[in-house]
Amino acid sequence: MAQIIVEGLSKFFQVAERRPGLWGAVSGLLRRDHRSVAALQDVSFEINAGELVGYIGPNGAGKSTTIKILSGILVPTAGRCEVRGRVPWLERHQHVADIGVVFGQRSQLWWDLPVMESFDLLRDIYRVPASEYRDTRDQLIAEMSIEPLLATPVRQLSLGQRMRCDLVASLLHCPSILFLDEPTIGLDAVSRLALRHFIRRINRERGTTIILTTHDMDDIEALCERVIVIGRGTILSDGPLAGLREQLDPERRMKVELVNDERFDVEHARVISREGTMLQLSFDPRRITTPELIRRISESHEVRDLLVEYPPIEELIAKLYADSADSKPAVIEPSA
Amino acid sequence: MDSTRSPEGARGGFAENVALYGRYISISIMSQMQYKLSFLLAVVSQLLVTSLGVLGIWVMFSRFGSLGGWGLHEVLVFYGLVNVAFAIADALATGFDRFGSEYIRQGGFDRLLLRPRSVSLQLLGHELALRRLGGFTQGLIVLTWGLGHLDVPFDPATLLFTLYIIGCAVCLFLAIFILQATLSFWTVESIELMNTMTYGGVEASQYPMSIYEPWFRHFFTFVVPLACVTYFPVLVLLGRDDPVGTSRWFQMLCPLAGPIFLMVSIQVFERLGVRYYTSTGS
Repeated sequence: MAQIIVEGLSKFFQVAERRPGLWGAVSGLLRRDHRSVAALQDVSFEINAGELVGYIGPNGAGKSTTIKILSGILVPTAGRCEVRGRVPWLERHQHVADIGVVFGQRSQLWWDLPVMESFDLLRDIYRVPASEYRDTRDQLIAEMSIEPLLATPVRQLSLGQRMRCDLVASLLHCPSILFLDEPTIGLDAVSRLALRHFIRRINRERGTTIILTTHDMDDIEALCERVIVIGRGTILSDGPLAGLREQLDPERRMKVELVNDERFDVEHARVISREGTMLQLSFDPRRITTPELIRRISESHEVRDLLVEYPPIEELIAKLYADSADSKPAVIEPSA
Repeated sequence: MDSTRSPEGARGGFAENVALYGRYISISIMSQMQYKLSFLLAVVSQLLVTSLGVLGIWVMFSRFGSLGGWGLHEVLVFYGLVNVAFAIADALATGFDRFGSEYIRQGGFDRLLLRPRSVSLQLLGHELALRRLGGFTQGLIVLTWGLGHLDVPFDPATLLFTLYIIGCAVCLFLAIFILQATLSFWTVESIELMNTMTYGGVEASQYPMSIYEPWFRHFFTFVVPLACVTYFPVLVLLGRDDPVGTSRWFQMLCPLAGPIFLMVSIQVFERLGVRYYTSTGS
């Protein structure tokens, strides 16, 4: 049975409309006009234990609303939601004892305390038995190599260091589900890689279910086998990343650098952009295989360098959003 | 791996919560000691500022001799007691005091809800503000000064009764802080109104209530029962009859309004407030 079940979930917010000007502000104190805004509309999905799912969408699409409902701190307007057999907001205390939540923007550690003190305080808050705590903690500290940081007050840590400590903090009570809300935001390339490596490892070795929201498509590409795309409160797509690619944009990209600045004309290869001898091509692998295209190009042109790549995932997502913007949301069958 | 942990439910036992609170407090003291100089300056400046208030009372009495039938030392007892109690409550309630700005506006409240502990306990654990030691010390000096110059026996009964009054008053002030925080679930703008209640209430209850108009006195007896934890029980302490004519029994029992008010306010905060928050998410 699925670990997380979401069925027909909707959430409407009452938004107060303020009338402009001073008089508007004053009268707003007495009476406000309310407007109902849908943050989520009929959202359904299931997630199995041990999955690593990317949950992506533009700002305001309903990502954090979903995460908040799943973590028990927001009550939906309609629909069903069960996490490990519990309704999160009805049994909040029991529920949150079994999940970990990391916000990239906001640390859960105590600003003035050395990292280790924060960990110890969390042990007490989550009531982790002493021996179990010691094992988990030491293991996580070693895996994340934060040993040298333990005596440092959190306010003195760099963002990357803080993020690693935050991740460890969220795992001290061995949660079965981990929510990561933009964990790599603002990190440098090295920290980003280290963090991805760690996230993958937690998922594989501990079997922790991980739900990751991010704007960084490289995170998704590196980590997630399954991607749920949400836009305007509805699920636009749910399935493996490869499937999403095939359905939306089966084309591949090729960068070609020619030796000579000459006219380029090869069948099945469309020139997207060109700067002197540098060409960006697009082709459909169902019509021509990559080796065949390369052969044809090399036959007719002298090539200095050549690189085949996927179209950036941002473009896929943008396309998905554009499709959904046409009044009624485009439903894309999960190709799993 | 976790379902066996704390099967009795996440709220846990009283002793366990006290232990966690103790841990919060020791950590809070440790953090504050990282800034020793600023701590000392805060204590000293608070001591000086609050002492100005006493100076004001002293000047008034040296000019007029008495206030509605009350002597200087009697008024000092009211004044000292209220300030001791308020300083303690103020030190305990930092988390509630900053609730609107730090937890609601900046979204820190989500984190509290994400932990398997009562949010009130976590907010109490926010900080034990040692800088309130200034107001506390000043109040204590004024209180003992006042009592020392009056015909009040210095015995265990007096001491116990004084502690009882202070305890109940601390509860009431805490309750007011908690209600103020509860209000910030709905609006962060009307805090000024509540400040009239806390700081205005403290100001008002520094003087014997009999000097005020009846409607004012009734407000602070039946709506926000500040008089119940200061004025009425202090009458017992001073061995004076109430110019307004309440009975001794009433004067001795009415401080319990403090703890009752506190329990009610915690329920309002944790039930109404949290329910509202989890339905709006902001």
